[in-house]
Amino acid sequence: MRINCPLCGLRDLREFSIKGDAVALDRPAEDGDWHSYLHLRDNPSGETRELWFHGQGCGAWLVVHRDTTTHAIKSVTLAAETTP
Amino acid sequence: MRVVGKGRVDRDAPLNFTFDGKAMRGFQGDTLASALMANGQKLVGRSFKYHRPRGILTAGSEEPNALMEIGAGDDWIPNTRATVQELYQGLTARSQNRWPSLDRDVLSVNDLFAPFLGAGFYYKTFMWPKTFWEKVYEPTIRKAAGLGMLPQAHDLIRHEKAFAHCDLLVIGAGPTGLMAARAGAEAGADVILIDDQTEPGGRLLSEIEEIDGLPGWRWAREQAAELRQMGVQIMPRTTVTGAYDGGVYGALELVGHHLAERPEHLPLECFWRITARATVLAAGALERPIAFANNDRPGIMMAGAMRSYLHRWGVVPGQDVAVFGSTQSARRTARDLVEAGLNATLIDPREEAGAPPDVRLIAGAQIRDTNGRKGVTGIHLTTGRMIPCDAVAMSGGWTPSVHLTCHINTRPVWQEDIAAFVPAPDAVPGLIAAGACNGTYDTGGCLAAGLEAAGVAVEKLGLRPSFTDLPKVEGTPAQDHPIWHVAGPGRAWLDFQNDVTTKDVTLAAQENFVSVEHMKRYTTQGMAPDQGKNSNIGALAVLADVTGRSIPETGTTTYRPPFVPVTLGAMGAGARGKGFAPERLTTSHASSVARGAPMIEAGLWYRPSYFPQAGETTWRLSCDREVGYVRQAVGICDVSTLGKIDIQGADAGAFLDFIYTNRFSTLKPGRVRYGLMLREDGHVMDDGTTACLGAGHYVMTTTTAAAGAVMAHLEFVRQGLRSDWDVHLTSVSEQWAQFAVAGPKSRDLLNTLLDQPVDNDSFPFMACGTVRVCGVDGRLFRISFSGEHAYEVAVPARYGDSLFRLLVSQAEAMGGGAYGMEALNVLRIEKGFITHAEITGRVTAFDIGMDRMISAKTDCIGKAASRRPGLLDPARERMVGLKPVDSGDLTAGAHLYPVGEKAVPTQDQGYVTSVGYSPTLGHSIGLGFVHHGPERMGEELRMIDALRDVEIPVVICDPVFVDPDGGRARG
Repeated sequence: MRINCPLCGLRDLREFSIKGDAVALDRPAEDGDWHSYLHLRDNPSGETRELWFHGQGCGAWLVVHRDTTTHAIKSVTLAAETTP
Repeated sequence: MRVVGKGRVDRDAPLNFTFDGKAMRGFQGDTLASALMANGQKLVGRSFKYHRPRGILTAGSEEPNALMEIGAGDDWIPNTRATVQELYQGLTARSQNRWPSLDRDVLSVNDLFAPFLGAGFYYKTFMWPKTFWEKVYEPTIRKAAGLGMLPQAHDLIRHEKAFAHCDLLVIGAGPTGLMAARAGAEAGADVILIDDQTEPGGRLLSEIEEIDGLPGWRWAREQAAELRQMGVQIMPRTTVTGAYDGGVYGALELVGHHLAERPEHLPLECFWRITARATVLAAGALERPIAFANNDRPGIMMAGAMRSYLHRWGVVPGQDVAVFGSTQSARRTARDLVEAGLNATLIDPREEAGAPPDVRLIAGAQIRDTNGRKGVTGIHLTTGRMIPCDAVAMSGGWTPSVHLTCHINTRPVWQEDIAAFVPAPDAVPGLIAAGACNGTYDTGGCLAAGLEAAGVAVEKLGLRPSFTDLPKVEGTPAQDHPIWHVAGPGRAWLDFQNDVTTKDVTLAAQENFVSVEHMKRYTTQGMAPDQGKNSNIGALAVLADVTGRSIPETGTTTYRPPFVPVTLGAMGAGARGKGFAPERLTTSHASSVARGAPMIEAGLWYRPSYFPQAGETTWRLSCDREVGYVRQAVGICDVSTLGKIDIQGADAGAFLDFIYTNRFSTLKPGRVRYGLMLREDGHVMDDGTTACLGAGHYVMTTTTAAAGAVMAHLEFVRQGLRSDWDVHLTSVSEQWAQFAVAGPKSRDLLNTLLDQPVDNDSFPFMACGTVRVCGVDGRLFRISFSGEHAYEVAVPARYGDSLFRLLVSQAEAMGGGAYGMEALNVLRIEKGFITHAEITGRVTAFDIGMDRMISAKTDCIGKAASRRPGLLDPARERMVGLKPVDSGDLTAGAHLYPVGEKAVPTQDQGYVTSVGYSPTLGHSIGLGFVHHGPERMGEELRMIDALRDVEIPVVICDPVFVDPDGGRARG
């Protein structure tokens, strides 16, 4: 698998590590729905948005939009430029 | 036997080798298989289950029978296929799975018990007594069945891994692949051409039909030479083992297996990861055996393979050959054998079948059985005739090598006119299958298909296809008529390698294992190292027959990488020993080692355990002395392994407020503060000190273990949650060498080195600032992990070695010296300071008594979750100090139970996390976690370490054992 880092270009999977669903970007307010945010995750067969860290590259956090059934990557954006 | 005038081995270059100790001769250019055949060695192995005598079946990597151990002494390689092992001078080969010898194998008695050893026999037979399975049945079966033996010595053979990138990857250098590579190169693409043989040509190497007026092998050789001139990278002896996402392919290159003396610089094998923008798969097809009774006798082989042996190596397995099949391959084999002066009889089940000139034809017949124990001696036809022969060539049809197209979960599709599965279109994004692997079997068709596939590929790459002329090909395509199996009594083998017969498949269906995946697992068909390359489709056909379904309805099993066996050594190349866990060394490493310090691992770092002195017989003596340095004089310790993160920006203070539970925006320049960091789920992530060096400029320290994780976490918060803030993060862990200078005399020592001396007013507890150390710009932090008056001094890493030496020699002059991890640990336990032994990931701020550090004013990571009732329950296991009631040593990992109660899990009160002997107090001390801990001061518990078989009574106490009011650190 290769991920097209918006800063570095197409890079090998070994340079990245995964954090999980991009819902982590949508942090609630102090009195918000923390249970859902922390614990409830969909397990989609199909499209998913995930957070990947380019730790062996530029250090950017990325939102990778991909399909779990085909492994096709639809888009890669910088987490810093992605609205939850 | 050799055939005069045939083959392309170098008859002027004889090679000596041994097989089972027997001296034999071959020629340069032979494979081990062809050399064995030349020496008349028909029997080359014993089968997996029945220990049946077996001979060479194929001429390629799919070989199921001729598996050997190659090498002598302690350093052999088992399960090497003789068909891919090139011969070299002095090669030593041994047959496998036989005892005491290949010729007289005791376990061939299994064959007599065959009626009891069918599919699933061990599920049915070895059911009881239950305890016998592990102790008797399984070891016995494992010993009896199996392939080669693994050498017991460590595998120290050098392997390598490598990476490659290209525009166009062409897999297979047969006619299709050669044409595709040419078309790609002519269009300007960067091309890699991979082939598992020693020379390009694929099937052309085994045929006599000419291309452009040249023998196939010569045409291929000239093509390859031209391709190299055009810049194509040709990789021989290399097999693509898997197709992965994003145009990534794994490939195994056999670099040194064919060399008698492998030069030091060459690995034995190299595992490649190749990234291609486009790929043409030209993997060819495999010929399919026919399942007739006793079709596994030595001397019976694939028709195409027999042609390979004749034309490539000039050898044949016998002189009187029965050729069975209704394919062009069968007819060509019969024709070529006769042309070479041998006797060939073509047996074709079709009444209307024809035969090449001079070939004896028996039309309308099939082979129903064979004779000959250690080599075929004759065949029985369905017509009742018996024909003596000493070799049989069979050709059931061809099976396209679709494997790679199925590796990312696509199934092949059935093509009725050729009765074969072919790749589904776009099965692997960017890969185009062409030629025989796509169901095109004739050479002319393959050449055209290669050209066309590469044309499509280069257009997708944005290049303009070239207009290459197709070469002229001799011979015409012909219709093949597949034969799957011949009905009748007797065992007819499908899977030679796992000893699976048509009866086993029928039995599986009868017992309702009708799904192809169930049949496979019940019979073990296709589960041997050849992964069913020779047997899958044949077994499917039988299963389809028995269950009354068509082959496409029956479906295939799943194809998975690797296409050929890959050694773990090759896959893990470079990741053995220090390659797996590289060493990170501090600047004081050499100096510490020179002082005799045993180095211990801390993640990838190495840190000194203690610094022994003459006369000290145990590490405890050294540790106690070093603790004394810090408590009474001054000690020096390298703390450079802690993570250091430089944080700058207008919002850096607010960022730290958000990261830590406590406030940092109120921290003034020149001051340091301890910070506690939570995960978002409310549990402790890390702790450490952060210094404010100036307005909007901080340096955070993390624990050694969590340095990487904290950096990634900070970046996540900065980029993902607070991207509108002005904050910049830089890891500076390796840029600074940092040393703790701890003890009552620490300031006196430092003042001998600082350009500007410090005192308690200019540099109070928790102060920081820039200093000049012996003329070098550095940083000084008055922080303490020992509870003593202490500092940490940092200089650019290039000065670390000299500063460490200087500090230690100064300390020694003042009655102190260097201290290691053991003393550091005792010192911090005496003060109740936590490390990751305490904050294990399931511990909260409340558990360690720091819940009041969570700011009420501002939000921070983990704040909301840390307020969940379950994380604030007083009954939680909470941190306490522990000491023995009388004497004895606490042990880390021990569990705690109430006095007078049984030591059972339901009575468990908690556990011990850190222990040490406190020379300051004169007894063992520890930290641990106990239900309701802080409410139970003074309570006695049983400490039981079941692993070390230790039990002592302990008492719960405050975790701060020394200087509870902290006066010494401020002193």
